[in-house]
Amino acid sequence: MVSFKRISADFKVFSVGYLRNKFGLFFGLIFPVILILIFGAIFSGDSGTVDIYAQNQDEGVYVPGGVSVNFGDQFLIALNESSTIRVITVNASENFADFLAAHSASDGIVIPAKFSSDYTSEQPVNITVFGSPASSTSGIVSGTVNGYANYFNLQRFNGTMVIGVTPATVNTEQTTYIDFLIPGLIGFSILTNPMFSLVNIAADYKKNKLFKQLSLTPLTKMEWLIAKVLFYIALSAAGFLLMVGVGIFAFGAHVVLSPWLIPFLILGPMLFASLGMLVGSVAKNPETAGVIGNIVTFPMMFLAGTFFPLSMMPEYLQTIARVLPLFYVTEGLNNVMVYNNIPNAFIDIIILGIITLVIFLLAVKLFKWRED
Amino acid sequence: MFSIEVTDLKKSYGSLKAVDGISFTVKQGEVFGLLGPNGAGKTTTIEIMEGLRERDSGEVKILGLDPWKEGYEVHKRIGVIPQEFTFFEKTTPKEAIKYYESLFDVKVDADAILKEVLLDEMEDHVFESLSGGQKQKTGLALSLVNSPEVLFLDEPTTGLDPNARRAIWEVIRKLKAKGKTIILTTHYLDEAQQLSDRVAIMDHGHIVAMGTTEEIIQQHGSGEHLEIQGSQQLADYIKENTELQVEYNKVKERIIIPLKKKIDMLAALAAAEQSGMHWGEIQTCQDSLDDVFIKLINEPLDEQGEDTEQKLHKRGRR
Repeated sequence: MVSFKRISADFKVFSVGYLRNKFGLFFGLIFPVILILIFGAIFSGDSGTVDIYAQNQDEGVYVPGGVSVNFGDQFLIALNESSTIRVITVNASENFADFLAAHSASDGIVIPAKFSSDYTSEQPVNITVFGSPASSTSGIVSGTVNGYANYFNLQRFNGTMVIGVTPATVNTEQTTYIDFLIPGLIGFSILTNPMFSLVNIAADYKKNKLFKQLSLTPLTKMEWLIAKVLFYIALSAAGFLLMVGVGIFAFGAHVVLSPWLIPFLILGPMLFASLGMLVGSVAKNPETAGVIGNIVTFPMMFLAGTFFPLSMMPEYLQTIARVLPLFYVTEGLNNVMVYNNIPNAFIDIIILGIITLVIFLLAVKLFKWRED
Repeated sequence: MFSIEVTDLKKSYGSLKAVDGISFTVKQGEVFGLLGPNGAGKTTTIEIMEGLRERDSGEVKILGLDPWKEGYEVHKRIGVIPQEFTFFEKTTPKEAIKYYESLFDVKVDADAILKEVLLDEMEDHVFESLSGGQKQKTGLALSLVNSPEVLFLDEPTTGLDPNARRAIWEVIRKLKAKGKTIILTTHYLDEAQQLSDRVAIMDHGHIVAMGTTEEIIQQHGSGEHLEIQGSQQLADYIKENTELQVEYNKVKERIIIPLKKKIDMLAALAAAEQSGMHWGEIQTCQDSLDDVFIKLINEPLDEQGEDTEQKLHKRGRR
């Protein structure tokens, strides 16, 4: 029989010990907040504009009336006024390719010498766009330059803009990166806190014979693990409130707070506390336990959509991600907090619940109080 | 009524026979010392009795119960201090007692227990800041929370300074006076002699001697003998004029006469006086437990706090 009295006694002694350990407290609560602050700062502000180098070799043209007009300049001015690109002009005498290499830049455009005269005489003329397949900004640059080229073409032929584009996002309010980051980082702390602690505790208690010591009391393995799970649920809840609070107040994040988050805040810590225990008890000594713990944790941290959206990854990595338990935590949190998509979140809860139960029972079964 | 009955207990680790067919019983209220060098099999034996290890074969009954199969029941009625007791680093002795109180679902006076083990002034210091002796005392305090009928103390004073050792002895004596059955392993002979009613000397998984320390000395020791300082001539004179067996140690210039009965001493002294020869200092001696132990084990005691398994391996290679 599971005794609530024993669970609460173990919970109490563990919490008091944990709170006395400044290091644990830092990693449990302060570190995730620092992460939010760092990532929030990196991705807030004018993250939308891309700097490009532009060289204008255009010699201009004399329009009737004897005035010199440089359409190359006009094109660059128009481009600079777009919200996505900031133009940095390069002296026409420079070798442009060398200049880009010297400045470790990959994005740039060159407007040819006959640009204005060809434009006014309606001869085809090309703007050269430098870019790199490895650079995430190259697509933005070529897209924007194309857009402005079309605009100039239409103007020349007195065409009218029929189709325009209005920027919008899937959410009712405008969603920023921080909104996607918060569920990810909450998932991150739900993974790392219980996982690393329990790997450590399992190996440490085994080495120091504390499990033996506890086996001499009426406390059972399951009660002991339940107490740890409850503690990490409480810690995750506190971390959740702190991170959401910082996200909202420091970065104006828009996240949906709903009771549907509760299952994730319970199942997540339960799953990773059990998984940590499992890893810690299979390992022979604390050093091996740490290594196995890292092997399990780190790929999960990066592949399960914590820091980067899954859609950025190639197909096969997305398939792998769906095998990782953390995926269902981050996806579920995103479904609730960002997309407010409860039916999908419900599926995540079901899958997560099954994985959690299996890992929990396996952990209770496989970790040993005493030796044979 | 026996609190503990062990019959033909065996336990091997691979090819190493850690415990090789030992039997003994411990009466209720008795203090029983398991004595032996490191790696003799003491800890394996005590851990099997505590229900922490499974035995290979043999019978073990603690308060009439099988400690491995009925461990849960046994643990409610015994108290244990493992070798080098450790606990949660950030927990104070008082919190630890409260914790055990809830686990065993009993009501105890934590302050009284702390006083009993002489730890009351440290009750609010976290475990990691305690000295070795204070840590052992915390273990002792915890083992008392469930008012155990039997206490298992595995090398309770190993690695402690003389004062801390004496303090722990003090506590053990008080527990003995309360009528607790106590099993004590130690590799300190004085500790066994000071505290135990009976001891068993273990070596290489066997019990090589068992009984009260007096019995063991009598059985395995040289017995009581009289030593007289004097010449070879005096020795010969005593030999000729009495029925006694007489040896002479030329280096020490001592006549050595084993005493079968106390009255033999009078005969020897009377003969010496009769001879008219000079004789000096007289003295009766007996093998100490140390002498007997060394004879039985034939190996000096090593007092390093090595891990059991390591020790077993070392001895296995020797």
